[in-house]
Amino acid sequence: MKALSAKRGPNSYVWWRIRQSPLTVAGLVIIVIVLTIMIFAPVLATHDPYAINLRARLLPPSTDHFFGTDEVGRDLFSRVLYGARQSVGVGFFIVLIAGGIGSLVGATSGALGGWVDTAIMRVMDVVLSVPSLVLTMALAAALGPSLFNAMLAIAIVRIPFYVRLMRGQTLSLRETGYVQAAYVYGSSRWHVIRWHLLPNSMSPIIVQATLDLGGAILMASALSFIGLGAQQPTAEWGAMVATGRNYILDQWWYSAFPGFAILVAATGFNLFGDGLRDILDPKQRGK
Amino acid sequence: MSGNGAGTILQVEDLHVDFPSFNGDVRALNGVNLHVNAGEIVGLVGESGSGKSVTAMMVMRLAETGSYAIPAGRISLLGKPVFDLDEAELERMRGRDVAMIFQEPMNALNPTKRIGHQIREVIRKHNPMDKAAATATAREMLKAVRLADPDSIMRRFPFELSGGMRQRVLIAITFSCRPKLIIADEPTTALDVTVQHQVLTLLKDMAHRTGTAVLLITHDLAVVSQLCGRTYVMYAGEVVESGPTSDIISRPAHPYTRALLQALPEYATRKQPIAFIGGTLPDLRHRPTGCVFATRCTLREGRCDERPPAARSGSREAFCWKPGFADAP
Repeated sequence: MKALSAKRGPNSYVWWRIRQSPLTVAGLVIIVIVLTIMIFAPVLATHDPYAINLRARLLPPSTDHFFGTDEVGRDLFSRVLYGARQSVGVGFFIVLIAGGIGSLVGATSGALGGWVDTAIMRVMDVVLSVPSLVLTMALAAALGPSLFNAMLAIAIVRIPFYVRLMRGQTLSLRETGYVQAAYVYGSSRWHVIRWHLLPNSMSPIIVQATLDLGGAILMASALSFIGLGAQQPTAEWGAMVATGRNYILDQWWYSAFPGFAILVAATGFNLFGDGLRDILDPKQRGK
Repeated sequence: MSGNGAGTILQVEDLHVDFPSFNGDVRALNGVNLHVNAGEIVGLVGESGSGKSVTAMMVMRLAETGSYAIPAGRISLLGKPVFDLDEAELERMRGRDVAMIFQEPMNALNPTKRIGHQIREVIRKHNPMDKAAATATAREMLKAVRLADPDSIMRRFPFELSGGMRQRVLIAITFSCRPKLIIADEPTTALDVTVQHQVLTLLKDMAHRTGTAVLLITHDLAVVSQLCGRTYVMYAGEVVESGPTSDIISRPAHPYTRALLQALPEYATRKQPIAFIGGTLPDLRHRPTGCVFATRCTLREGRCDERPPAARSGSREAFCWKPGFADAP
């Protein structure tokens, strides 16, 4: 075990702590692999994911088609690789939207207080009072079935979690010396939010976002599975599992490989998120 | 002594402050009068709960709106009525006209930003200039507070500095706004004794060099005697005595000031333990109608149940029926 050098900054401390935990490293490795696949999908794919070949329908895995083929002869390996762009990309987008809007609203709510705070938090409570899966499905159905609308629905339902997290952080930071001092030096509320409150509450937000990525990927796949998300012929893991369900007894590989991809990606983000939480937010450990 | 001359920076007149609570309003300040002239260092002394920090918060308008009420009184800062300013005017006032140094240097700096960045930010807020010029000013300010190697300090994060260094950085930031008045709220309480003295001397030098007025809030009469030309002694939200510090220390007029002085450890000997003031502060929800200090006063007599008038002697003032302007402590 390499000792921590005192010369290096807080970032090298995080790296050092990550290396202490095998599960976190495993999560990080999975994430790196998934990201590589997303970026280099065209290079890694052996076939065109949308090329139909009716003579090669439902072939089992072989050296030519690593994951076999689907009911119109498309190469499943290539489709799973391209599917990473859809499924994981959607996850990132959801977390970015929900985390970005959520923390901004939460910080504003906490920093302003008063009736603004009350109004925002009551709206969030209303959203939280409906089971999130049901609300997401209802929203996605109302917006119309497409991957973008599914993404939007998931993001909207996730916003309140970030608002509450951020507001709690803000309320405790509001009493700290540097926030008081900032007002004394003549800072505006907006400046305090941007300069003091947001940067200092990033740790739990980053942890929450990383943990949420796995959930968001699952959710997006789930919506696609029930037909509210990605539509054929889009290569999306959840949609692929859904179509493969028709052939599951005889052609197991059709559903199995995209499903396995969902499992691996979600697990990777969850493992890494857990490890990151232990490092950045020690108070939450074990919860 | 009236503070209406041209050199008056801060004028607090007959200030009353109530904090509403479930079982009655707490009268935190009850008719406070004080003023600070340009370039002078004024002490504000009193025990915990005497209203020192509330006075500071009112001057800066830092208390949350709606959490307090002002039944009477006014504060004017550089001639401007502080209670009439709106949020935008307050933002302009804070930092430029009046700034504050806090008690706790350990958390008064943003832990996620480098020191240089934080100083620059404040400098540029009040004097628009480019980054290089702001860096140069920041370096000058850090040199002025006698921090060795300002460039290395500016690259560091707050957690890499000791308490004394952080308080110096905060003094540098505060002075870099070039305010007319600095309120220092127990600036050395959280520091150890050797550092305390250095920081106080620094504060005094900086104030004299820049001509900044300082209102020094403390419970330590020794600190006041080192730094302040004039002193106000507060008790239970009232100024009970005011005047030149040397007079107050050598011949305290109010029994409370006398008791405070006698409680200084310097007066204790092996045979005589440190004196203390018996009793506690009166209930601020139901203030006594007479002298606020009467319940704890050793000189109490019948007329103390009525409010004592201001007794004056030269530039000194004490609210007591039996002021001891000539007595030694």
